[in-house]
Amino acid sequence: MTPAMTAADTAPKTYAWEIRAAGLKVRVGRKKMAVDGLDLSLSTGTHGLLGPNGAGKTTLIRALATVLRPAAGELELFGTSVSGVGDLRALRRRIGYLPQEFGYYKRFTVREFVEYMAWLKEVPKADIPAAVQRAVERVGLADRADHRMRTLSGGMVRRAGIAQAIVNDPAVLLLDEPTAGLDPAQRLRFRELLQELGRDTCVVVSTHLVEDVAAACSDVVLFADGRLVFQGTPEVLAAAGGAEYPGDSPLERGYSALLHNSEQQGGTW
Amino acid sequence: MSTEHASRRLIDDYARGDAAMAADTLWALEAHLETCAPCRSRLAASVATEAPGIATLVDTVRAGLAPQLDAAVQAPSRRYRPRWVSAWLTPILVPWLAMTATVTLLALLLAAAGAPMLFGAASPVLLIAPVLPMCGVAVAWSRALDPAYELTAATPRAGLPLLLRRTVSVLAVVLPALLVEGWLTGAMTAAQWLLPSLAFTSAALALGSVVGVTRAAAALVVAWGVVIAAPAWHAGRVPVVLQPDQLPVWGALLVLGIGAVIARRRAYPAL
Repeated sequence: MTPAMTAADTAPKTYAWEIRAAGLKVRVGRKKMAVDGLDLSLSTGTHGLLGPNGAGKTTLIRALATVLRPAAGELELFGTSVSGVGDLRALRRRIGYLPQEFGYYKRFTVREFVEYMAWLKEVPKADIPAAVQRAVERVGLADRADHRMRTLSGGMVRRAGIAQAIVNDPAVLLLDEPTAGLDPAQRLRFRELLQELGRDTCVVVSTHLVEDVAAACSDVVLFADGRLVFQGTPEVLAAAGGAEYPGDSPLERGYSALLHNSEQQGGTW
Repeated sequence: MSTEHASRRLIDDYARGDAAMAADTLWALEAHLETCAPCRSRLAASVATEAPGIATLVDTVRAGLAPQLDAAVQAPSRRYRPRWVSAWLTPILVPWLAMTATVTLLALLLAAAGAPMLFGAASPVLLIAPVLPMCGVAVAWSRALDPAYELTAATPRAGLPLLLRRTVSVLAVVLPALLVEGWLTGAMTAAQWLLPSLAFTSAALALGSVVGVTRAAAALVVAWGVVIAAPAWHAGRVPVVLQPDQLPVWGALLVLGIGAVIARRRAYPAL
């Protein structure tokens, strides 16, 4: 019998923010600074990371996942500086990450894939079968768990990706465009899952769909050209827009208003 | 976990469902019961004596469910590969290893057919043997070839231990294949290529901590091909660096490479 609560669950937190960035700069390639002086503090909850294409959302998420090293500034996860520690293992054990275009092994079954990821994430060996089953059930793939990945539809593959991200019960969950390829019904189910996860996890969801944010996020982070434009609740974002700004919903109008004010968009799109 | 156990009175109260129990006591007791098998068995005994109603209820439910439980068979999970295989090999490595085995087999057949006369003393297998294991390591840790590279790179296990694991499994397949090959054809002795191939592998790992393993291996293959293999091929003789008297140099390079890998071990998680 596994205990429902462990000492680690009830221990007090020793940090104020799960994610804290100060003057964070992350370089992509040799010259481009995709995240350029970002100040951001995120705690438990579901945070929607909004921004136009090319705003640096993916780069920011990769830096938060410790795949990219910050070029300058400070990035703290769980109160520990990422650039300071030589050993990222302890941090990475508490992170779940779904890349935008995540590759997988086509010949693996869903269960084998999630099991393999659990092994890579150093989930204790005895806990792996139960953790995998739980993750697969949470994304509604239990009936497909023993099917090979290549037989799945795009939406199911994405759900398998979400399953591998949550298999280690992460304290910080980073999802890059997770709703791409989901049909409307799946998207609704996914929003419920996001709300559920956001209760005890710091979830960062990057998206360019404003309605996803409205439905599932407790907090909006608006991001353009590598800088923070706005952080606050969806209501405040909606209030920022007036009828003169383009958009079909108050949130969309608020989004265009804030982006228009920061006025750093390149090109006509 | 404290080694204190719950008192008999507390467990009896809990079994009766005593509403007067303080919430914090209840919580502490349940947390303890979850982790303590002896106290759970005492609770079971206590339920039988203190709360016969519950015991009969549980028995009734069990009697009702028993036929269904007997009929239910746990579906065996379909599994195409044992767990240890994925721990040591990535799926992309399997085709590569199969290809290497095929190539060495073909070379073996060529040699058996009397082709060495065409190549002179420098057997082509001998010229590629020193860099072949290193290529396998590069394949095992390649961003371009491994679809799950991005996922793997963000996990705690990514880094030197995983890289070494995959290196070991590549060497475990490629080295015996080359050994058998050399022994059967007589075109090369293990002394000629074994130490160089290990030295190249360690050099690729060491340089890999700076520029990435794939790039390091590619650079070393090009260097080997241009500086040593092509001239030797052209001249039709065994290159000087693969003569047995050069072994101490290769040994020194291997030690240097291993030393560099150990010194740079912290740099690998960030690859």
